[in-house]
Amino acid sequence: MRNAYLRQIMQASIVLLNVSIVVFVLVRVVPGDPARLMLGMEATDEAVRAARTQFGFDRPFYVQYAQFIGGALRGDLGQSVRFRRPVGDLLRETFPATVELALAATLIALALAVPAGIYAAVHRGGLLDRALMAGTLIGQAMPIFWLGIMLITLFSVRLGWLPTSGRGSLAQLVMPSVTLSTYVMALLARLTRSNMLDVLREHYVRTARAKGLREIVIVHKHALMSAALPIITVLGLQVGALLSGAVVTETVFNWPGIGTLALRAIQQRDYPVVQGVVLVSAALFVLINGTVDVAYRYLDPRIRLT
Amino acid sequence: MTVEHARPTARIEISARPPHAPSRTILRHSGLVFGVVTVSLALLIALFPGFATPQDPLAQDIGNRLLPPVWAAGGSPRWLLGTDQLGRDILSRLLYGSRVSLTVGFWSVLIGGPVGLLLGLVAGYRGGMVDILVMRLVDLHLAFPFVLLAMAMIAILGPGLWNMVLVFAVTSWMLYARTVRSSVLALREREFVQGALALGASGSRIVLRHILPNVVNSLLVLLSFDLARIILAESALSFLGLGVPPPTPSWGGMLSEGREYIEDAWWIAAFPGLAIMLVTVGVSFLGDGLRDLLDPRFEPLNDTTRGGDVGTSRA
Repeated sequence: MRNAYLRQIMQASIVLLNVSIVVFVLVRVVPGDPARLMLGMEATDEAVRAARTQFGFDRPFYVQYAQFIGGALRGDLGQSVRFRRPVGDLLRETFPATVELALAATLIALALAVPAGIYAAVHRGGLLDRALMAGTLIGQAMPIFWLGIMLITLFSVRLGWLPTSGRGSLAQLVMPSVTLSTYVMALLARLTRSNMLDVLREHYVRTARAKGLREIVIVHKHALMSAALPIITVLGLQVGALLSGAVVTETVFNWPGIGTLALRAIQQRDYPVVQGVVLVSAALFVLINGTVDVAYRYLDPRIRLT
Repeated sequence: MTVEHARPTARIEISARPPHAPSRTILRHSGLVFGVVTVSLALLIALFPGFATPQDPLAQDIGNRLLPPVWAAGGSPRWLLGTDQLGRDILSRLLYGSRVSLTVGFWSVLIGGPVGLLLGLVAGYRGGMVDILVMRLVDLHLAFPFVLLAMAMIAILGPGLWNMVLVFAVTSWMLYARTVRSSVLALREREFVQGALALGASGSRIVLRHILPNVVNSLLVLLSFDLARIILAESALSFLGLGVPPPTPSWGGMLSEGREYIEDAWWIAAFPGLAIMLVTVGVSFLGDGLRDLLDPRFEPLNDTTRGGDVGTSRA
């Protein structure tokens, strides 16, 4: 048991180490002088030289990497070129907004998709089942930025019910979180449905029926419990998709999160910020999925034994 | 972290078609027909946009800017879907815009697919360093929020059509390799492979004659699902301004331009989104249909694998 956790921590560290190497190399394979690229063509030679020293581009790669990783471990992700502020501070300011958005989206998705999936499975082949499945197909094929724009057109421009952008009030959270939730919602509804279909065929469900339990108890107590496990795993794996989706959603609604920060950093070639965002997002993903694995072991005794 | 086995991989199984399989004519699969028709139409338009376009997609006509579609008040049959902020014909731009999405989608899959197949075969059959490398890269790939990674790569390479192809090809082959690898691992233990081995067949003969034909089907299905993912991701990159630079029309780019005019002209942003959806749904149907057709053991109603690769990040 403890061995399993140790192995998990080891694997997570290896992934993170590799992530850091990729991020580091990615920013440094730029053709040309990274300092010049960051400052732009109009910068003076002195400024470029100063930046080269400041960001350590004049030192050997391994020294740069050691500094980068050493700093990252102490929570120091370097200085932003454009904002002239520590990357860590920028991330601390923008991360809560993204987490808020992602959490709201996840809750919306769970609240709607799981009941819908259960209903569809129980009434398999019915009209609502087919409508739901068609809906999830479209939900997964829809570019979420398009949905966001259409929601703004309808609810802000036409009806004037909701503000178009910004963060602060609950009304401002509604459209971005609904937009971000669609893909995960569609995915979860399909997954819940197919898992429920599988589980409802199991022997123990038949036994429960045979001993006269009411269908509602069977579905919600017996079947849902085991159908819920894969849902947790998939949710964990969707963290990456949520963060990716957040980049786009935040752009549409001017939501001040890491997505907006990352896009601006990329447009302005603010490499330290790009590095920081990718590294922290990857760390978050690894952390959450590690937690999911542990939770899984805890929830499913069959896995605990192995 | 045990992402690999905790992840419910698409249940695309390798299968040898039973010798007396029920005749499954293509026409019995209405979804597949829809998918094939949509995708071939889109491909035709992308290859020869000039035949279908009523006007030059780049020609500006400021006097007729922001005209609504033909059925709305003030619309004209000259511009069936209206005009944009520079008076360009939206329908023509839409048809030309398919080029970017389909070029990026198909080339990425055409490059990533064979690379993934080759490395997956080697990793699954030989194991060793290639195996370790592939699996490490898959872990790594899963740990990155995909759009962020693509954005970072584009920021370094610079925006452009072929840079997008490069980014998607480089980032997608690992997933193909992993699927092929796990199929190979399962096939290697099967009796017909063991039998061939016992008869003294060489490694390359076993891989090429006995294993390859059995993994190609599931790879094709995976690729068609991934095509939908890449088309969506491409539109997101174009929307963020990291795709093909203007004035070349791309669906994502048109959407992003239309965003600034939604108060007066909803149609500029609305139609490119519908085009993306139509093609993506078509591609998904193609994937679904291919799976039903190529994998007869699969139960169509129990659709665990619909929507493609569950764990893949997308926009």
